[in-house]
Amino acid sequence: MAEWLAMGGHGFYIWGSYGVTALFMIVETILVIRHKRTLLQRLGRMMRMNSEVE
Amino acid sequence: MNLFKYSAPSIFYPLAGRLATGFAIAAVLLLAIGLYMSFFVAPTDYKQGEGYRIMFIHVPAAWMSMFIYLVMAAWAAAGMIWRTRLSSMMASALAPTGAMFTFIALWTGALWGKPMWGAWWVWDARLTSELILLFLYIGYMAMESAIDDPRRAARACGLLALVGVINIPIIYYSVKWWNTLHQGASIKMSESGGIESSMTEIMLWTMLIMTFACWFYTIAVALTRVRSIILERESKTVWVKEMLQQGEK
Repeated sequence: MAEWLAMGGHGFYIWGSYGVTALFMIVETILVIRHKRTLLQRLGRMMRMNSEVE
Repeated sequence: MNLFKYSAPSIFYPLAGRLATGFAIAAVLLLAIGLYMSFFVAPTDYKQGEGYRIMFIHVPAAWMSMFIYLVMAAWAAAGMIWRTRLSSMMASALAPTGAMFTFIALWTGALWGKPMWGAWWVWDARLTSELILLFLYIGYMAMESAIDDPRRAARACGLLALVGVINIPIIYYSVKWWNTLHQGASIKMSESGGIESSMTEIMLWTMLIMTFACWFYTIAVALTRVRSIILERESKTVWVKEMLQQGEK
């Protein structure tokens, strides 16, 4: 396993590339999903507040 | 079937949701297959050993950075010409993902260049024009958030996107026009119309699968992001109110 991870001495560069790519893609996915969810909640709350006022 | 009805945000919104889910599942599957092939199927390179495996993420990211920019500029132009708000929203939804892939192309390129060329960065024609592409994406996003009125923002950003399109062929052909350190295209359309490549069959398939994975990922993320933009812009409309009452997820 360790030998495989070493990737013939290029391990740092390979895992540095794939790691950062995975990190960015996962973080972007989380941000986009969370942004939409919080937006829906906020709009829902605003609507309920407005309907109570009317 | 009248496709133009999908240009109405209220009709496009649920469709985009279903599409995003479908493409997300496809992206995860292709990514799993592509990664497995990248590490366990693709053979060791006779010259670069294992280091070349960075190629399976570097090249798709670079292709996506250019492809997304062209799609973004097309949507921006459509939004400007036909004044369709949804088109400009689509362009804004693509910009962050395009910027991400541009950064990843530069990052993985540096990590591949260090062991192979001995340098993280070189002011080489391709690297420099790719860096300019990153600034174009950031400029697009900055301008879009700086201008309050969506209509004026769509016009200004549309113009910037179109002006920036000239940079894409420069990136693509830079390796041919200038004597650059960056290698030439390994995958070309041969005269006989097929794909001609200096890579082994397996490497080519791995590359294509990773590219489709990144493409489907982009579609899923952009469609989800455009739904948020639609909600923000159309929060006062009746259809959004009705949807909220039904407790849309």
